[in-house]
Amino acid sequence: MDLTLHVWRQKGPNDKGKLNTYKATDISPDMSFLEMLDVVNEGLIHQGIEPIAFDHDCREGICGTCSQVINGDPHGPQAKTTVCQLHMRQFKDGDEIYIEPWRSRAFPVIRDLVVDRGAMDRLVQAGGYVSVSTGGVPDANAILIPKDDAETAMDAAECIGCGACVAACPNGSAMLFVAAKVGQLAKLPQGRTEAASRVCTMTDAMLKEGFGNCSNHYDCEAACPKGISVKFIAQLNREYLMALPKAGKTKA
Amino acid sequence: MILDGKCPTGSLADKWDKHRQDLKLVNPANKRKFKIIVVGTGLAGASAAATLGELGYKVEAFCYQDSPRRAHSIAAQGGINAAKNYPNDGDSIYRLFFDTIKGGDFRAREANVYRLAQISNAIIDQCVAQGVPFARDYAGYLENRSFGGAQVSRTFFARGQTGQQLLLGAYQALSRQIAAGTVTPFPRTEMLDLVLVDGHAKGITVRDLTTGEIRCHAADAVILATGGYVNVFNLSTNAMGSSVTAAWRAHRKGAFFANPCFTQIHPTCIPVTGDHQSKLTLMSESLRNDGRIWVPKKAGDKRRPQDIPENERDYYLERKYPSFGNLAPRDIASRAAKEVCDAGFGVGAGGRGVYLDFGDSIVRLGEDAIRTRYGNLFEMYQRITDENAYKQPMRIYPAPHYSMGGLWVDYNLQSNIDGLFVLGEANFSDHGANRLGASALMQGLADGYFIIPYTIADYLARTSPGQVDNTHEAFRQSREQVDEQAGRLLAINGRKTVSEFHRELGHIMWENVGMARSASSLTEALDRIPALRNEFWENVKIPGTGQQFNQELEKAGRVADFLEFGELLARDALQREESCGGHFRTEHQTADGEALRNDADYAHVAAWQHKGADQTPELHKEPLTFENVELAVRSYK
Repeated sequence: MDLTLHVWRQKGPNDKGKLNTYKATDISPDMSFLEMLDVVNEGLIHQGIEPIAFDHDCREGICGTCSQVINGDPHGPQAKTTVCQLHMRQFKDGDEIYIEPWRSRAFPVIRDLVVDRGAMDRLVQAGGYVSVSTGGVPDANAILIPKDDAETAMDAAECIGCGACVAACPNGSAMLFVAAKVGQLAKLPQGRTEAASRVCTMTDAMLKEGFGNCSNHYDCEAACPKGISVKFIAQLNREYLMALPKAGKTKA
Repeated sequence: MILDGKCPTGSLADKWDKHRQDLKLVNPANKRKFKIIVVGTGLAGASAAATLGELGYKVEAFCYQDSPRRAHSIAAQGGINAAKNYPNDGDSIYRLFFDTIKGGDFRAREANVYRLAQISNAIIDQCVAQGVPFARDYAGYLENRSFGGAQVSRTFFARGQTGQQLLLGAYQALSRQIAAGTVTPFPRTEMLDLVLVDGHAKGITVRDLTTGEIRCHAADAVILATGGYVNVFNLSTNAMGSSVTAAWRAHRKGAFFANPCFTQIHPTCIPVTGDHQSKLTLMSESLRNDGRIWVPKKAGDKRRPQDIPENERDYYLERKYPSFGNLAPRDIASRAAKEVCDAGFGVGAGGRGVYLDFGDSIVRLGEDAIRTRYGNLFEMYQRITDENAYKQPMRIYPAPHYSMGGLWVDYNLQSNIDGLFVLGEANFSDHGANRLGASALMQGLADGYFIIPYTIADYLARTSPGQVDNTHEAFRQSREQVDEQAGRLLAINGRKTVSEFHRELGHIMWENVGMARSASSLTEALDRIPALRNEFWENVKIPGTGQQFNQELEKAGRVADFLEFGELLARDALQREESCGGHFRTEHQTADGEALRNDADYAHVAAWQHKGADQTPELHKEPLTFENVELAVRSYK
C-alpha cells in the first residue's frame, strides 16, 4: 500500500516545528507502524535527508517508550494498542496520516516526535513507592492479600507510563498516571501506611510540573494502551479527601 | 593464564555466609565519601543503585532510555523462581541449584549458582514488601506455576508482566533514593568508554544523547549492568537499543569476555514474516504449561490446523521427551523445532513455524481460564499476526533471546579489572550454557539487591575515596578517543545505512553462528565479518552532526561494536569443540541428535582478552570443578 505522511519536524526544543510531507510506498499490511517509519527513514537517509526522530525500544508494547499522536489519537486509532503494536492493516491504501509528538506543556519536544517525559519520573520520585529498604523484610506469605485486592492492584500496576493519558487530555492532566500508582499501592497493606502522604505529595508534584487537573473527559482512559480505568481517578480523589486532615497533622 | 573465580572453600551451603563474614565493611560515616557509577537501570542496575543509595553511598545511575522504568527487564513476562516450596511439591534450595546447574549443561560455577538459589527466597520477600502485586490465591497466599526445565512449581508471577512489576519495584526504590539525593540519575546517556587509572576502573565517558555532549564521570568504582548482546543477530527479542557497547568498550580496556558463544534461542517467538521486520516478539514460555506443541505428520501438509485430525499430528516434544514434554528446557525445545522444520514439517508461510495449540486446555479448563492466564499474550499475538489463538493454534518459532556469556567476573562479581563490577545478564556467571526460564529476573535482582552491596564494600574498604576527578589525564584521553570515533563515523558519508549493515551482520550470524554451528560455518563467519566491518568503516552513511540528538549516530556506534563482537562470538564457538546448552556444534551430537558434551576438555570458562582491533584475542581458561553434582548426560526423556 502507498501512503502520504504529514510528520512533525522540529530540530530542537527552541526551534519552530512544522509538518513535512513524505510518501511511504510499497508498505506491507503486516508491518508495524514503526517498521513503516523505519522504511521511510531508510529512504530519507539515502536521499541525504535527516531521518525522522522517534522514540521506541522494546517494540512489544510494554516499555512505554513509543509516543506518537497519529491522526489526532495518541498511539493511533486502535484501542488498547501502543504505536509499536499498531499494524499497517489498520490503514487503507492511499491514506493520509498525520504524525505528531505527545502534546503537553509538561512534555517539551526534544526533536521531531521525541519529547521529554522526565516530569513523570519526578511524580514517582515525589512518593510513588513503598519506603522499604533492602533486606530485613518479613516472609512473603506473612503479608496476606485478598485475591481481589491483588488483582485490582495489578489492574492499576499495568500502567506503562507512556504518557498517552497526558497527551490525550484537553487539560494535559497526569491524573490517570498518578491514580494508577496511588491506586495500586493504596490497595495493598504494604502501601497503606504511607497512602495519605503519598497522595498529597504526588498531587502537589503534579501541579508543580505543570500538569492540568482532571476535568472528567475520560480521554485518558480512551487513549490508554493498557486500558487503565478512570475508576482509579475516583479512588485518587477519595484517597486525597481522606488524606487532607491527616496531611494537615503531619505537616506540622 | 588460569583464571581464579575466587570461590570460597568449605561446604556449598556455607560458602556465601562464610564469605560474607570475611568481607570488609565500610563505616557508615565513610560510605558517603565514596562515589559509585552504575551503568544500566534494569533489574540488576536499578536494584543495585537503589540499595547502594540506601546504604549511604553516592551513586550516579546511567541509562540510554529516557527513564530507568523503560529498561528491557520490563519486557520479561513469565515469572521469577524461588525455592520457597510453598506448594509443598518437593522443592528446596538444593533442587533449584541442581536444576539450574543441570539446565545450564554443567557450564556454570557451582558456588555462584548455589548462592543464587539461596538468595532467591529473600528476593520474593523483598519484592512483596515493595508492593509488587504477585498473583494470589483466594486465601491471600502467593500462587506458583511451573516453568521449562523444572518438575516443581516454583515460579512466582504477576500476570504476564512479571518483569515489568519487578522492574517497577526496583525503579520505585531507585526513585525514592533519587528524591533522597543519594542517587543522581542520568537518563538518555550512553556509556562509550571505561576509564582506568593505574589499572583501576575510575570512571566512564558518556555521550548525552539529547545534546551530543561527550562528558566524563569519575568515581571510586564502576558497575556495569547493561544487559545482553543478542542483537548481534539483528532480529532478536531484545529491545532495539540493547547492545554490547558498554561491555565491549570495557573489553577493549582489558575486561575479559567470557563464553560469548553461549546465546539462548527462545522456543516460543512469533515467526518472521518478511524482510521489513525490525524485531521478533516473544510469547511467554509459560504458555507451554497449557499449550501443546505439534506439527503435521505429513511433510508440507497445507491444511488448516483445525482440519488436521488428532492422529495426523506429531506432538514431537511429548513423543521425544515424555517426562518433561512441552516443558522441556529452551535449548532442547528450540532445537527440536528447528529439526522438524528443517525436515519439511514446518507450518505457516515459509515453513518456519510449529503450532502451539491450546485446544485441549480450552476444552479441559474453559476459554475463560485460559483468558485469565494468558489473555494479554493472546491479544498481542492477534495484533501481530491477525489470528485468533482461541480459535486456531498459535504459530511459534525460536528466536535469539538471552546471552549467557558476558564479561568475566569472580565470585564477588568483580571483573579482572579492579573496581569494575558486572551484574545481571552483562556478566557470564550463573546460567552456564543455557538459561532456564524464570531465572534471569532472579539473577538480576540477586546481584543488585543482595550480592553487590556486600562485595563492593570489600573493594572500597581497601581503597581511599576520591583519588581522581575527571580532570585526570586518563579522562582527557578517553574523551578525545570517543570524540574522534564519532567524528570518523560522521565523516564517512558512504552509501549504505547503519541498518543495512546490521541486517547483513545479523544474516551472517544467524546462518552461521545460530542454532546449529559447524567448523565450516564458523570459519565462513570469521571470514565474512571482518570484510563487512571494513566495508562499514568505508561505506556507512550517517546524516546529521554529533552535536545533536542523532539516533543514526547512536545506532552506528552500537553496530560498529557488534561488528567486532560478532567475530569474537564466532571465534569462541569455533574453539568450543563440543555441544552444550545453547551452543550446538553439528560435529558433536549423539546418534539420536542430542547435544554431546566433552567434559574432559571443555569443562571450563573461556575468557577472551582483547589484543587490539584486527588482532587475535588471547584465550584464558577458568576450570570448572564440580564437587557437589555429578556431571551427567542431560536427559529430559
